[in-house]
Amino acid sequence: MPKLLPLFEHAVKKPVWDCRMCGQCVLHSTGMTCPMTCPKTLRNGPCGGVREDGNCEVKPEMRCVWVKAEERSHSPVNPHHWEAEFNDLRPPVDNRLQGTSSWINLVTKRDRRTPAGWSGETLAEEPASIGAALVEIDDPTMLPAGFHS
Amino acid sequence: MSRLSDLLASGARPVVTAEFPSIDGGGLAAVERAADELRPFVDAVNATDNPAAHAHASNTSIAIGMLQFGLEPIMQVVCRDKNRLAMQADIMGASLFGVENVACLTGDDVTAGDEPEARRVFDLDSTQLIKVASGLAEGHYLSGRAIKEPPALFVGAVENPFAPPLDYRVLRAKKKAEAGARFLQLQIGYYPERPEAFVRGCVEQGVTQTTALIPTVVLTKTARALTFMNDSVPGISIPAEMIERVAGAGDKDAVAEASYQLTLELSQHALSLPGVSGIHLTDFRHDGSLERLVRDLGIGPAFDPVATVAGTTAV
Repeated sequence: MPKLLPLFEHAVKKPVWDCRMCGQCVLHSTGMTCPMTCPKTLRNGPCGGVREDGNCEVKPEMRCVWVKAEERSHSPVNPHHWEAEFNDLRPPVDNRLQGTSSWINLVTKRDRRTPAGWSGETLAEEPASIGAALVEIDDPTMLPAGFHS
Repeated sequence: MSRLSDLLASGARPVVTAEFPSIDGGGLAAVERAADELRPFVDAVNATDNPAAHAHASNTSIAIGMLQFGLEPIMQVVCRDKNRLAMQADIMGASLFGVENVACLTGDDVTAGDEPEARRVFDLDSTQLIKVASGLAEGHYLSGRAIKEPPALFVGAVENPFAPPLDYRVLRAKKKAEAGARFLQLQIGYYPERPEAFVRGCVEQGVTQTTALIPTVVLTKTARALTFMNDSVPGISIPAEMIERVAGAGDKDAVAEASYQLTLELSQHALSLPGVSGIHLTDFRHDGSLERLVRDLGIGPAFDPVATVAGTTAV
């Protein structure tokens, strides 16, 4: 199932939203317009290159993803609490999640995990001991700061 | 903190910033020449980061070079060419030499430049970069790893009040301000009513309480330059009647003068808006018009009644 789910998710979301399987879906907060289809993969609003006609700087024949997103976020069919999330500051993409199922990542809250510094936290300079730290690590890529140095 | 930040905090007078020309070889002497030209008239100068997706001497090297020649840099960092590790390293590295002002930009797409084959990065977007850069000044990398002696950084960004979706631009400015931008340099634009609405919106949304707005004007000499910007520069649109007004002015000198007068009018209008803290100049003329403009406007260090803000003597 964990292997099949990403395939199934992609089969559903690719034709409808041109889903790129970033694994951390924010569609509901962006007017059901996938920000990963922006050529610059911007997740926090339009760049300054949007053309006078509202089309994309990079692909002149394409409507700017964020112009569309902004319009759709105000659509009467878009739930109000989704509209309210439109201007949230979305964190940097976790590139490790590319190709994984955002549905699983939503359930496990893996898609909410951000680097400590994103929420303004400063990590302790030295882990008490590597052995003790390892007990808490459920993901080998989440090694404590300083481990590699 | 940086002279720019002190000046903006004091509110003593409008600040003048400018764009440093691209440098391609010529040694530090080339940097010195450009610095000498600008120094008397500006408070700080943008060290660009591969502008319009063309490779040039790097943002960090130019920013450090400017410091050597007594010019305060605003180091632009664009998200197009480097990932989050490299961008943090550049800011930290430049800060070792005293670079404090950092402007975070998305960056023109690679297809706007002369190497459209290049891989585009955009690992962070500009708003995320603002927050990451602000974090460095607070004493940690994005990972959370501590920086024992954090750099003094004055973090800002840019915004384009002239590009769609026009109604949304104020909220985007607000988002950048909340992410930590303390100044916003605004894109070049030729529709005076747009920055007017934008600046008014920013005042209403409280953006200007934390963040200085600095509109940009550009010094051009020919009608062709306007046509080029309108057709080829992403996010810049110029009303046809403005281009016609310049083109129809007469001979070459008359056109150059009409171009200058247009810039002067746009500058005066921008500076008249409540909530604007200064002006950013892009000079494509290099014929002394920049000096003429700051003189006509009566702003900048050359016209500062108290020329020693933060102990730095202008000129």
